[in-house]
Amino acid sequence: MHPLAEPAMSAPWTVPAPWRVTAARRESADTVTLELEPPAEEDFAFRPGQFNMLGAFGVGEVPISISGDPAAGGQVLHTIRDVGMATRALCALEPGDPVGVRGPYGTSWPLEAAEGADVVIIAGGIGLPPVRPAVYHLLAHRDRYQRVVLLYGARTPSDLLFTDELAGWRSRFDVDVQVTVDAAAGGWQGDVGVVPDLIATTRFDPATATAFMVGPEIMMRFTVRALLSAGVPEDRIFLSMERNMQCAAAMCGHCQLGPFLVCRDGPVFCHRSLAPWLRLREV
Amino acid sequence: MTLEPLLRDHPFLKDLEPEHQALLAGCAMNVRFGAGSFLFREGDAAGQCFLIREGKISLEIAAPGRGSIIVQTLGAGDVTGFSWLLEPHQWQFDGRAIEPVRAIALDGTCLRGKCADDPRLGFELTQLFARLAIRRLQATRLRLLDVYGNVHASAG
Amino acid sequence: MTQAPADGEGQLVMARGHLDRMLEAITRRGFRLIGPTVRDGAIVYDEISSSADLPAGWTDEQDGGTYRLRSRDDDALFGYNVGPQSWKRHLFPPSSLLSRARSDDGLSFAAAGGQQAAPMAFIGVRSCELHAIAIQDRVFLGGRHVDPVYADRREGAFIVAVNCGQAGGTCFCVSMQTGPRAQSGFDLALTELLDDGRHDFLVEIGTARGAEVMSEVACRAAPTADVAAADQIIQRTAASMGRQMDTGGIKDLLYENFEHPRWEEVAGRCLACGNCTMACPTCFCFSVENVSDLTGTQAELHRSWDSCFTMDHSYLHGGAVRVTNRSRYRQWMTHKLATWIDQFGTSGCVGCGRCITWCPVGIDITEEVAAIRAEPPDQAEGGQPGDA
Repeated sequence: MHPLAEPAMSAPWTVPAPWRVTAARRESADTVTLELEPPAEEDFAFRPGQFNMLGAFGVGEVPISISGDPAAGGQVLHTIRDVGMATRALCALEPGDPVGVRGPYGTSWPLEAAEGADVVIIAGGIGLPPVRPAVYHLLAHRDRYQRVVLLYGARTPSDLLFTDELAGWRSRFDVDVQVTVDAAAGGWQGDVGVVPDLIATTRFDPATATAFMVGPEIMMRFTVRALLSAGVPEDRIFLSMERNMQCAAAMCGHCQLGPFLVCRDGPVFCHRSLAPWLRLREV
Repeated sequence: MTLEPLLRDHPFLKDLEPEHQALLAGCAMNVRFGAGSFLFREGDAAGQCFLIREGKISLEIAAPGRGSIIVQTLGAGDVTGFSWLLEPHQWQFDGRAIEPVRAIALDGTCLRGKCADDPRLGFELTQLFARLAIRRLQATRLRLLDVYGNVHASAG
Repeated sequence: MTQAPADGEGQLVMARGHLDRMLEAITRRGFRLIGPTVRDGAIVYDEISSSADLPAGWTDEQDGGTYRLRSRDDDALFGYNVGPQSWKRHLFPPSSLLSRARSDDGLSFAAAGGQQAAPMAFIGVRSCELHAIAIQDRVFLGGRHVDPVYADRREGAFIVAVNCGQAGGTCFCVSMQTGPRAQSGFDLALTELLDDGRHDFLVEIGTARGAEVMSEVACRAAPTADVAAADQIIQRTAASMGRQMDTGGIKDLLYENFEHPRWEEVAGRCLACGNCTMACPTCFCFSVENVSDLTGTQAELHRSWDSCFTMDHSYLHGGAVRVTNRSRYRQWMTHKLATWIDQFGTSGCVGCGRCITWCPVGIDITEEVAAIRAEPPDQAEGGQPGDA
């Protein structure tokens, strides 16, 4: 089995649990973070990189990465982008509304294996939420890692997520945060350029660093190339992948990516195993 | 006092042979721009390329109704200005210092003259600029793909 | 389940006339009989009440895109091969209710209740089908998550296997090492012994409860001659397979040929109709749907068979990942023969030939593999995924 896999679950995959929305925060024009509370009897825990299936009543379920702090109990954060009927319904939920939840599912960022060296986190667009739990972990255990770098790209400044938190992280001396956008109106004081180009000018030790990456597939392919050119070994680059997901229980067949079931063998993958399949079209 | 040491230290030229660096020093000038000031404006005669040593510049263009749009920012170690290589030697974008900028300006006419006199220098320099141009092209193409784009807009 | 004795010891002979006693003994134990029966010009698996419902005297003629029933000149009860359906129809129904949700008094969810009226007894399961059931067991029961609908139907299902007396025109179980002899996974296994003057069944006991059923049926210990006769029948079947497939290194072969020109060629013939996925006994893709009633306070989670040939199957971010016919045929075939091995530890194919028979244009999976093997692609075309 895949080395990043998680232990068995006991609840039948067909029966969600009723959670409750405790807060809803708009992050950008099309993105909302929902704070959800599990039922009292459920002892929910997750690892950074995992996701839940969230159900919009009568509409459908979608896989949403958990975007909060794994060490904080209580509310569980999910950042959702409105891209279809189910996500639109979820983005419209208000505090007090119930929501069906199944999870957590999937593999997680190998944070323990990355200890003792640099960690480079690369996020594009809606890719920042799935990797934010890893950032929280790194900061909570800062002394276990060498340089911690966060490279984040989005379309325009108004599409940047978690800007207050980014500013907070940037003000720390022990984290290197670089943000870039594809285009900006005059007056923007930050960078305009693509995420892969940040790799060449970032200080870190490629030979020993681990990279965690989430973003649009094209952006990830370009950024992987930049990391490999810089000398990061293929087996220390991890990507979070996406495919159509319906059961999340490794039996509906939709999330296949070649030999992998993204809900079971992913979403976090080591680039070495994934590389041959990323090269192919329509797989 | 020559600017050779500054040229040697700049990432763009550091791998050139020392004799070529010395030749280029003859075309170099140390320049400085305050935050907010323009290094060059669209339409101006493009006589120079700039090797940025410190600070950040933005490449911008303005359109009626859209204000000014930043298409690229460049920082320490970067280079801006290809137009000295190509006719009609005219800047295509505005270049503005976002933060105070220190740079080395290389005069275009001088560069073209030295390359004509020393074809090997010409080849090395053209290679450096070609590589830079390709990197910029790939980055521009990546932006053209609008990878973060709005899903609803692209659904078809 | 215990392995049947290998040397013929413990095997029984039962006269054809007593077959109904066996079926009654099974029914008495609370099982609902599901077996082959003729309907609409094909042999399908449905509820039966006695041996009278079995396709006595029928055989099938199968080839690429061809299926015909023909009368035999004897009364064999199992003288045919496999029809358009498989047992998956009963273990993994085309449409099922999974759970219910209510939102009128807080939000609550409940698993759908009992899935079936009574446990099922499958009568006449071929060796390839036993393997297909085992393959689906791995998908639905063998992972971290268990499918409750499949589990409910599978648990306790009584299985009477049948060793094939003839090979079909599209059969290749020998190539896939899934037959024709039923080796395990059954309560009872029958071999039909029919020639001048006799119509009997050699019965192999597979489990204690199988033995218990046979204890209520008149039968005797099988003489060596009968065991030998059954062996011969099975060997003759094995020697007359309609198709064959070289499976040596097949996973690597397909992994190394994802850009082979053959995919384009077969895509020109494939209609993406999905017949193969419906007929196939191992295909398991399903779609999950959420349906609410008019009041909006009750919702149901349903699942129904899906196919990787549909445009929506790989929908992501406003479009499908697999858009072209070529990519979808390639997905189906490489999943069945190669990526299935990495996903679930075995091949997904049991060599039953249904995909060949029921393809409207007669695409033959064995021929496609042979074509890729025979024609190494141009260097320029090489797609090399390598091992997962």
